Amino acid sequence: MSMDIFMQHLLNGISVGSLYALIAIGYTMVYGILLLINFAHGDIFMMASYFMIFAVVDFGMPIWIAIPLIILLTVILGMLLERSAYKPLREAPRMSIMISAIGASFLLENLATYLFSGVPKGYPDIPWLTKVVNIGNVSFQIVTVVAPVLVIFILIGLMWLVNHTKTGMAMRAVSKDFETARLMGIKINTVIAATFAIGSGLAAVGSVLWGAKYSSVYPLMGVMPGLKCFVAAVFGGIGNIPGAVLGGIVLGLGETMLVAFFPGLTGYRDAFAFVLLIVMLLVRPNGLLGEKSTDKV
Amino acid sequence: MSKEYILEISNLSVSYGGIKAVKDISFAVPKGEVVTLIGANGAGKSSTLRAIVGLEKPAAGSIKFAGEELAGLSTDAIVEKGITLVPEGRRVFPNLTVLENLKIGAYMRKDDLSKDIEWVCDLFPRLKERSWQKAGTLSGGEQQMLAIGRALMSKPSVIMMDEPSLGLAPIVVQGVFDIIKEINRQGVTILLVEQNANMALKAADQAYVMETGRITMSGTGTELLENDDIKAAYLGKSKK
Repeated sequence: MSMDIFMQHLLNGISVGSLYALIAIGYTMVYGILLLINFAHGDIFMMASYFMIFAVVDFGMPIWIAIPLIILLTVILGMLLERSAYKPLREAPRMSIMISAIGASFLLENLATYLFSGVPKGYPDIPWLTKVVNIGNVSFQIVTVVAPVLVIFILIGLMWLVNHTKTGMAMRAVSKDFETARLMGIKINTVIAATFAIGSGLAAVGSVLWGAKYSSVYPLMGVMPGLKCFVAAVFGGIGNIPGAVLGGIVLGLGETMLVAFFPGLTGYRDAFAFVLLIVMLLVRPNGLLGEKSTDKV
Repeated sequence: MSKEYILEISNLSVSYGGIKAVKDISFAVPKGEVVTLIGANGAGKSSTLRAIVGLEKPAAGSIKFAGEELAGLSTDAIVEKGITLVPEGRRVFPNLTVLENLKIGAYMRKDDLSKDIEWVCDLFPRLKERSWQKAGTLSGGEQQMLAIGRALMSKPSVIMMDEPSLGLAPIVVQGVFDIIKEINRQGVTILLVEQNANMALKAADQAYVMETGRITMSGTGTELLENDDIKAAYLGKSKK
């Protein structure tokens, strides 16, 4: 394999990985605060893609208006989901809220099938993301570079939010102890809603970048990315934001390299994520960056 | 001189499912005093405190704080009025640093905290030394200090403490009670729940004894310390 081709795969891997990272952050933040695997997260991502199609194709909006608008709509959808499916179960056992999440996922998938039909639609073309650039013998779409850069900025922003702001401090407190957080005067529902807003917003950003790479939009499009990003979050250490990014990138790179080096295994591309998950759970169940608990009772 | 009551509980009941933990109790906390509720496990002491601060919904009764009804309000609204609870088992945030734990105690405040952080650090010099350590790495006694300091950061007019001596070495317990007296001397009203009846009664101006959800006895701290029934039941001394 020549250097050029290797670079090509490396770039692709990092960029797919960055997309996984964006979605994985949503899983990991929600898990961090609610100990809930938000199974509907992949479907929120799917809905964001449909929002984009409606905004651009049906309403003829310019891209630069459509993008902030769909991010906003997705944030609202995410908060609505939390309000209706998870908030009423705040005091319920964890299993109930988990089942509610699975239900919410099916609801969104079937609602999309019912409303938009199962026929795939094309994601609107965003020229400044899909344009192909050549450097030497390596050619790539602009989105391939935009995605990882954006992820780095988002990661820095989130780390600042979580570690250096009052809201972030409240998030960390709520993630450990609802009741004591309440005693501090923290409105835990607001903090949880904010977490869902951030996760859903990032899923929307992910969907825009995703659409530039894979333009087919259909009601079940969120299932496989959703599962893989969940794996990425667990791999990196669920609850840990840099872990989710790392997990996403390792997963994206691994997948791409598997196909590059062993073309015969192309069909197992999706299986790679789950093999990785099983190995990780056996070797290091807390994930790469998972925290060791230092609680003293 | 009639006393000014900052906290008045009347006919309060709390139940979990069908089980009544607190049965129709009434008592009042005079401003600026130390009031203690003593009693055995399961007497309903903690439930009473949790109901006052809105962590449990009272089944019946009224909780008045400086004349305002608290029953039915959410915990964050109650805490904002100036009443706070140091929960049983300390419950510091182990993943936050000592300093962050203090800051989060003042979560609702928007003014400058530096003076109060200094004040709390003066009360508990150990916390100052360890301000960058994660709270989860502190010893039990230090965590109790931090939990009290964290509660003080909200500048409460009433501070409720649920078993602050639980699981601490006797010498540390003495330190905790010294602090309680010191905080009270600085003008904070204290409602203390304890199983360590001896220490609690010595510190208290007014004391109530709870048994199976009811208040069975009341008096000043010294009165109850001298009471034969109390001696036998809670202080480990046999009746003469």
